[in-house]
Amino acid sequence: ALIYLLKYPYLACLRPTQKMNLFQSITSALDNTLASDPTAVIFGEDVAFGGVFRCTVGLRDKYGKDRVFNTPLCEQGIVGFGIGVAVAGATAIAEIQFADYIFPAFDQIVNEAAKYRYRSGNMFDCGNLTIRAPWGCVGHGSLYHSQSPEAFFAHCPGLKVVIPRSPIQAKGLLLSCIADKNPCIFFEPKILYRAAVEQVPEDPYTIPLSQAEVLQEGSDVTLVAWGTQIHVLKEVASMAQEKLGVSCEVIDLQTILPWDIETVCKSVVKTGRLLISHEAPVTGGFASEISSTVQEECFLNLEAPISRVCGYDTPFPHIFEPFYIPDKWKCFEAIKKMINY
Amino acid sequence: QLSTALSNCFKCDLHRLEEGPPVKAELTREQGLQYYRTMQTVRRMELKADQLYKQKIIRGFCHLYDGQEACAAGIEAAINPSDHLITAYRAHGYTYTRGVSVKEILAELTGRRGGVAKGKGGSMHMYAPHFYGGNGIVGAQVPLGAGIALACQYQGNNQVCVTLYGDGAANQGQLFESYNMAALWKLPCIFICENNKYGMGTSVERAAASTDYYKRGDFIPGLRVDGMDVLCVREAAQFAADHCRAGKGPIIMELQTYRYHGHSMSDPGVSYRTREEIQEVRSKSDPISMLKERMLSHNMASVEEFKEIDIEIRKQVEDATQFATSDPEPPLEELCNHIFSNNP
Repeated sequence: ALIYLLKYPYLACLRPTQKMNLFQSITSALDNTLASDPTAVIFGEDVAFGGVFRCTVGLRDKYGKDRVFNTPLCEQGIVGFGIGVAVAGATAIAEIQFADYIFPAFDQIVNEAAKYRYRSGNMFDCGNLTIRAPWGCVGHGSLYHSQSPEAFFAHCPGLKVVIPRSPIQAKGLLLSCIADKNPCIFFEPKILYRAAVEQVPEDPYTIPLSQAEVLQEGSDVTLVAWGTQIHVLKEVASMAQEKLGVSCEVIDLQTILPWDIETVCKSVVKTGRLLISHEAPVTGGFASEISSTVQEECFLNLEAPISRVCGYDTPFPHIFEPFYIPDKWKCFEAIKKMINY
Repeated sequence: QLSTALSNCFKCDLHRLEEGPPVKAELTREQGLQYYRTMQTVRRMELKADQLYKQKIIRGFCHLYDGQEACAAGIEAAINPSDHLITAYRAHGYTYTRGVSVKEILAELTGRRGGVAKGKGGSMHMYAPHFYGGNGIVGAQVPLGAGIALACQYQGNNQVCVTLYGDGAANQGQLFESYNMAALWKLPCIFICENNKYGMGTSVERAAASTDYYKRGDFIPGLRVDGMDVLCVREAAQFAADHCRAGKGPIIMELQTYRYHGHSMSDPGVSYRTREEIQEVRSKSDPISMLKERMLSHNMASVEEFKEIDIEIRKQVEDATQFATSDPEPPLEELCNHIFSNNP
């Protein structure tokens, strides 16, 4: 219990916690927000009845239909509208039903939301905007219910992109995004909505953005991921220890943009080897950015080329999902190669 | 057999049209049996898909078309195989009417190599000559449809493009962009809104400022007909096709229809509408029953004949199921095939 408290200082006061899964922790964060911020509104497709993933259950009844309301089916409209709400001074929390559907809104996010402060010389901004979307593979999602589009948005200065790995992280990070004075995109790993369960504090707390978290320390290889893939890497770290005697340091990046370069580089300086893993296709995936920066900063510390274990360069497949995803075996093989380099 | 002129005074609302489709429709025995066969095949195929999904042999997302069969059957009866058609994800019915066998459809649902898209697309991505799918992103198929119509116009082949979408998609911005371009350039595009009253779980009143979908094209003429009556659909589609082929530009058709299943297999379909409502449509407006009763009351066919057709269809669907559950999955090489034109 002590280790738990040291690891999560924000729990140090032993506040009342409740067993929550990922979608419940999201609901809790949204509930806290609506309670404390009278300008906060939540909108998107089907959020009124609770949302297709149950993230907004009970909120409309509790806070009223002018604060939790449905939009018609129009992603570009949802985000554009959200930007307007935010610019006018209210806290706008927009839901895009699946990250795969965010592309009609891409122009609004990249050209409007991200650049508002810059182009107005700080006179206006839409920092009050947070966009939430379910993200990542789910076992049967196929081409349009499985995508991880964080790389598209990482290429856009002015935005923040955040991805939690668990309920405790999700609530804290989401509350940080909502409080953050920049437009934030919060991707929620849909496969974890029910599967991930933790004791989550009922009252609000924040986890800092742009700070990566070292989940376990190690000396031989640094493993970096975010969201669902962290759980894969934790298993890989155990496998590496058990079968190869290799000690892995596992880092959850948490914030994709702006990312915590310092923590990752500090780790690579120590271990000399880096493996980055994500579901999104490898070419242009965010691992390429991390790899590029790390080789710039830590070139002389590297014992082996940086390894990226990612999805293949194909659309997210229908029947081939188990072969497509960067599973623990692929990651394990990559570690073996790096160790034997 | 005899061709019978049926007085078919059906309601047809018009927008910017002096006159609409004829209020009488002719139905020959052959046509009647063919429409019956088509609709019943789609019905049984969709019900089989439901069964296979519940057995977890079909996985992923599956949007069933039962209840809306008259739309697909009626439209196909009015257009030529050389015309073009594109729709959204509730596409199994159109895949069939556009010429793909039940076997290939079910095998695509189960993700096998014998599937119409080699098992790589699944429920939402089925294609055939002059049938462009099968599209997952709501509304995204509509600008495509306008583009296909442009190609028809450019090539001067007198073909039209039927571009389908639902009441939910009717609020997407890209539709209005398509309407504008189609009208500006007088494209031979028949925009058809299959209004089944619910966009997932949202009823049309809660989603649209105007539920007169046939008028939403504003400067584009439109008509609204009963989508549960295959003859109404056929006559309206024929009228629309003639309009386009005459070079008058695009036209919008709204088909008022109904789906018995929920939005997809993940939606029981009863949290936003009552079982009574579904039951009422089934008993009073089922497209297949309506056609059958009409033919029986006009002595165009016998009860036994319909029974025989039903038995044939059942067997056809069973055989298709057998194939779809035993055919092997696509080989692993297919994972990386067809990303680009020539694999580097």
